[in-house]
Amino acid sequence: MTARQDVNPQQATSPPDDDRKARAGSALERVIEFAIKASGFSAILFVFAIFFFVFSTASEFIFEKMDFVEFLTSPEWYPTSLSNKRYGTLALLAGTVSVTGLAMIIAVPLGLGSALFISEFTSGSVKEGLKITIELLAAIPSVVWGFIGLAVMNPLIIEVFDAPIGLNVLNGGIILGLMSVPIIVSIGEDALKAVPDSFREASLALGATRWQTARKVLFPAARSGLLAAVLLGVGRAIGETMAVLMATGHAVQIPSSPLDSVRTLTATIAAELGETAAGSDHYQALFAVGVLLFLLTFGVNLAADLIVRGRSAR
Amino acid sequence: MNASPFATSARTATNRRVESVGKTVLAGVTALLILPLTAILGLLVIRGAPALSMEFLLEAPAAGMTAGGVFPAIVGTLWLVGVSLAVSAPVGIMAGIYLNEYARANWLTRMVNLAIVNLAGVPSIVHALFGVGVFVLFLGLGTSILSASLTLAIMTLPVIIASTKEALAAVPMAFREACWTLGATRWQTIRHVVLPNSISGILTGVILQVSRAAGETAPIMFTGAAFYLPFLPQSVQDQCMALSMHLFTVSTQVPNVPEAIPYATALVLLSVVLLVNLTAITFRSYLRRNRKW
Repeated sequence: MTARQDVNPQQATSPPDDDRKARAGSALERVIEFAIKASGFSAILFVFAIFFFVFSTASEFIFEKMDFVEFLTSPEWYPTSLSNKRYGTLALLAGTVSVTGLAMIIAVPLGLGSALFISEFTSGSVKEGLKITIELLAAIPSVVWGFIGLAVMNPLIIEVFDAPIGLNVLNGGIILGLMSVPIIVSIGEDALKAVPDSFREASLALGATRWQTARKVLFPAARSGLLAAVLLGVGRAIGETMAVLMATGHAVQIPSSPLDSVRTLTATIAAELGETAAGSDHYQALFAVGVLLFLLTFGVNLAADLIVRGRSAR
Repeated sequence: MNASPFATSARTATNRRVESVGKTVLAGVTALLILPLTAILGLLVIRGAPALSMEFLLEAPAAGMTAGGVFPAIVGTLWLVGVSLAVSAPVGIMAGIYLNEYARANWLTRMVNLAIVNLAGVPSIVHALFGVGVFVLFLGLGTSILSASLTLAIMTLPVIIASTKEALAAVPMAFREACWTLGATRWQTIRHVVLPNSISGILTGVILQVSRAAGETAPIMFTGAAFYLPFLPQSVQDQCMALSMHLFTVSTQVPNVPEAIPYATALVLLSVVLLVNLTAITFRSYLRRNRKW
């Protein structure tokens, strides 16, 4: 689609605003326009409401009850201990990082490889069919992925690796990798499609094969778009909840091998939110974990956005 | 005798070999992605089939969820999807219209766009925290269909806005200019020219969010979806069961569930989601083929 650039009627031509009063636009029209504008601003309101609310609930805990350094550097998360409650998120963070890392080891080559294949080596109905398949893969609900991890991967991992339990980093990483692939493929394919055809033609005219063109011309030209695709995949993997809740086991520990069970930031909130009393330390601590999660994904998404923006500015 | 000047040189031959190997590897990688989709579907069908029947779809769970069907979960999912879309579709579409047709290119518009991008990236469990804190506790809506649907609505909102914007931006500028020249107001132009030419694209975006809302679990877990309810919800103030939640429940929370039940539940959920998606995709490709400009 060529009309994708944000067309702004206000700038493009002179709109009939000057005449608006003379035309005495009906009251209904004004009501509708007001509703439209209000909806536009509601979106920004929701984002600030989410951040404000989650942060303000966590702030009492963060600033008054918690040792900030301990929160980030202690691996001990014992929110329900009777004698000595401890709220360290390092192990949870390690869980998130290890599962996301493994997921990316799987998803990046798969995602970028198939983005390149779909974009450069297929055409017509094959291309359309592959894109629909990727879209359907993206539509599989995370609880179904979690169930696959639990019911299929778990016994498989126990069998193959002779592990005591199959709910671990490996399981979660594979599931999460497959879940992140579709977004990497679709954004990556967009990035490759955005490379002007003249680049391809110039390279082919010099006698390069399609493969050489892809490797030496297209990849460098689409580099920032592909990087953004990977970052969005990372963002998706960090925020994923149900699949990791069901597939990674429930051990709060820093993993030393892919066969160790872990617990991620998201899974911790999902597992414990139902059991806490509103307003308790534990409840607020979960909101503090939410803030951490929000900041992590915000940073990753913002980076992706800036990279894409930087590319279009050039 | 000299070699023909047009004969394939060793270098070209190598290049060709590299190309065919590379292409094969990439094709293999892509095939590796089709595999999980078909494998998952196949597995769910094979293992879920023994439990799947009309009764499974039309009966409530029985015997501590170790028997019976998923009817209340299907009804609950319909409630949640319906109520959340009733909120997010009008707000999202109007926000999209505002951003594409009204907003001037200034810092405020940039802020709104940035906010939407980030709203789309907020993890679903953070939406759950927000839902519990604001809808359930602060606004006193309790754990109810309303709380859960509003949480889902906020989650689907940014994607509906983005797809609406994209559909509107695809309408050529000349259409609007022609209409203005005839003396139509901005809203008349939108109502009679821009929307009729983009409504199907907008609807496709909304339909895709139906499948997303139906599959989500984390945002509804603590805001309105129950493990088990002996009755069907009567109003938005009741709690409800949901297919996604039910799959989580029977596969992790309940002991001694016959193996086929979670598989059949997953199959029902996945079928619903994929069918809705395929509908939207078919609709969209039909539209692209029949585009007038």
